[in-house]
Amino acid sequence: MTNSIREIPLTESFLVIGSNTTENHPVIGSMIKNEVINKGKKLVVVDPRKIELAKHADVFLQIKPGTNVAILNGFAHVLIKENLYDKEFVKERCEGFDEMAKTLEKYTPEHVAKICGLDDPSKIVEAARIFAASKPMALYYCMGITQFKSGVNGVKCCANLQMLLGNLGIPGGGVNPLRGQNNVQGACDMGALNAVYPAYQPVANEENQKKFKEAWKTPLELSIKPGLTIVESLNAAIAGDVKALYVFGENPVMSDPNQHHVIEALEHAEFVVVQDIVLTETAALADVVLPGRAFIEKEGTASNTERRVQPMHKVVEPLKGTQDDWWIIMQIANRMGASWDYTCAKDIFEEVRKVTPSYAGITYERLEKELIQWPCPNEQHPGTQYLHKEKFNRGLGLMSAIEFTPPAEDVDPEYPMILTTGRILQHFHTGTMTRNSRILDEIAPEGFVELHSNDASNYNVSDGEVVSISTRRGSVRMKARVTDKPKPNVVFMPFHFVEAAANKLTIDALDPTCKIPEYKVCACKIEKVNA
Amino acid sequence: MNKIQLTIDGVEVTGTQGQTILEIARDNGFDIPTLCYHPSISKTGACRLCIVRVNGNMIKASCTEPAAEGAKIITEDAEIAGLRKGILEMLLAEGDHNCLYCEENGNCELQALCYRYGAENPAADFPKNKRQIDVTSSKGLRRNENRCVLCGRCVKACAEIQVQNVWQFDGRGSHACLTSDMFEKLGDSSCVQCGQCVQICPTGALSFQTVLGRGPEWELKKESSICIYCGVGCKIDFYTNKQGQLVKAIGNPDGPNKGHLCVKGRFGFDFVQGDKRITSPLIKRNGKFEEASWDEALDYVSKRFSEIKQASGPDSIMAFSSAKCTNEENYLMQKFMRAVVGTNNVDHCARL
Repeated sequence: MTNSIREIPLTESFLVIGSNTTENHPVIGSMIKNEVINKGKKLVVVDPRKIELAKHADVFLQIKPGTNVAILNGFAHVLIKENLYDKEFVKERCEGFDEMAKTLEKYTPEHVAKICGLDDPSKIVEAARIFAASKPMALYYCMGITQFKSGVNGVKCCANLQMLLGNLGIPGGGVNPLRGQNNVQGACDMGALNAVYPAYQPVANEENQKKFKEAWKTPLELSIKPGLTIVESLNAAIAGDVKALYVFGENPVMSDPNQHHVIEALEHAEFVVVQDIVLTETAALADVVLPGRAFIEKEGTASNTERRVQPMHKVVEPLKGTQDDWWIIMQIANRMGASWDYTCAKDIFEEVRKVTPSYAGITYERLEKELIQWPCPNEQHPGTQYLHKEKFNRGLGLMSAIEFTPPAEDVDPEYPMILTTGRILQHFHTGTMTRNSRILDEIAPEGFVELHSNDASNYNVSDGEVVSISTRRGSVRMKARVTDKPKPNVVFMPFHFVEAAANKLTIDALDPTCKIPEYKVCACKIEKVNA
Repeated sequence: MNKIQLTIDGVEVTGTQGQTILEIARDNGFDIPTLCYHPSISKTGACRLCIVRVNGNMIKASCTEPAAEGAKIITEDAEIAGLRKGILEMLLAEGDHNCLYCEENGNCELQALCYRYGAENPAADFPKNKRQIDVTSSKGLRRNENRCVLCGRCVKACAEIQVQNVWQFDGRGSHACLTSDMFEKLGDSSCVQCGQCVQICPTGALSFQTVLGRGPEWELKKESSICIYCGVGCKIDFYTNKQGQLVKAIGNPDGPNKGHLCVKGRFGFDFVQGDKRITSPLIKRNGKFEEASWDEALDYVSKRFSEIKQASGPDSIMAFSSAKCTNEENYLMQKFMRAVVGTNNVDHCARL
């Protein structure tokens, strides 16, 4: 998030796009609901499903999955055409406006409504006018923006819109991606990414290479070649180029697209090590399983969606037979020639501070008594509540001319419907934790496919009946939940349930820039299963 | 903000225009009892336990009364203490407040206040309205309205914090009670089981279903951590009993969540002490996992990694790091791959 959770009361209007906030980030969802329902703030929701927030929205735009770029361009088109954008902000702080405006010309509300499958183009105009009239507007998005072949473009369009409105660098505004895992922000900050060292310092840069070689005192030449992303590495395993996989606290069999392909990759690899707390679907396929520790059995820090670094404490005694995860990694490293001598998580954090400029001022002692959000370059620095104040990182904010491109797979007579996937309130990701938590699994014990009532009657399916959903990659059976939540011709499936694994069906088409898979849209067909 | 000066129990204090007497008193360390008041919800002014004497003769509810410049406040005298005791005894008479078998024994604000004011269950037989007891319909929450003091905190928590509006008052006078969406059973309502009403309830009227262990409040140990689920980063106080079992999760007011949790943060932690955990390294031999010692497993893993690196180069090894693990662990994993294996093949589920 460019901005902070505690700024939600300062926001006058919200655009929630591609985020089922009340189920996936419920505490923020409730804070937004409080502003909208109890304080009369404005809300625009863009989503293929009539999610809970949609019921409270001033404008709800139920778009076809995969058409975010079009709708965001549509808003920008209206703001420029009606002269409602922040001319001063655009002139002083941004570049690329003219080219962007030229591209936006054709994204008229009528044209956009057609792409997005909307009946009423005037709603696009209404939404844009709300943003202009009720400032600051805060844009909240989640995987419903990013998990597309056009994911990066979707994010750029979010930035375009907020620059046009002058909603960046001010409290209560911002482009606010809601991060889906408790430390996904931190894992990125720490350089657990294929192309960057900690604090996003590119590996393909000789100065960084030198800097880290010195900091890490390694005899090895650090590689300057960016590595593979997860999905790429699975392809490389099948091709025989990747031979060993070290899987730490992840469950790719359940979480990655096209499950069949993932299993094939794991079987192809010569040697697979899984370090986890339970025998996950992935661990079952491993050669060695190393029992790590759960979050409340260990010390460390995590960085949340608003860049706030927080201490995690040991609450319970670790289970006998398990080891601290950092200790396990250190033991393997030392057996392979390293001579690391960390004695606790804090030792590691002290090193993190030295090589991660945005974390340099953060200490364990400060975290116990202060609220600190990175960047925090030195111990006197209070941290940063919101980014891009007065100046963007790159200087001027870059407005991009982005064209709408359709998803990888379109519907056809054989696969006439669209499948989209996501999470539900009671479960998390692959269910490793929530499905092993009694109350949560009792509330939501089984998977389902959500089907619009029109489609249900077309296929003669009633609520609770078993259907089969198939795509070009696989087929699963589960109960139908007949509602008016999804857009007609769109079905939704949660991906938590191994019995009805949504990722047997999803497509592994990737965004060309950031390699994110297109989980949110693929073509499918539905058949009633006669019991 | 205009500053105002007033006197509380003879001490000169400063507050801000618009603050209530209670807020200024608490900011300055004066202990005025309350039941319906809670800092995370709007003011109710229902229980009247927070009454104070203002300028000699007026008795006001301090939780709703704005403080005035120059006011002289007495937080307690014999008359006020007597009134408070009377209010508490009426509350006792109305319900079934037997601490012997109550889960909230030791964590009950009503119990603490009765003890403080010497309030006792009145000897006279008062007609009791039997209210709803529903301890099974909801998977996460238990409700025993015989312990309810109708303070309205749960109604406000649901309306203002979770913003689900499940709890409402129903009936009038001595027939007043709570209703969940007008349904008799909480389990039939639209409750999302965030448990905020339980967290804020001053008595044992609302409590959590037990997940792992139980224990009397005074034996529980508290330690904070950060929720393991989504990226909001809710700060949670976890309570463990004498046996070391997890008992409950309470939202910490200093976190980004300001004390609030969702159903996952509230109830999604028993996997830690569940029976599915792996407790020994496992090595697969002839298609079957066999338990191994740590030394054996670590030797084997490092030997195989070294062999594969030797034979096929560092880029033939790939690590999946984890957004469920700490900064320190992620840092070490990428350092291991880059500085020890010699490849940039490290990624995690940021995109997944």
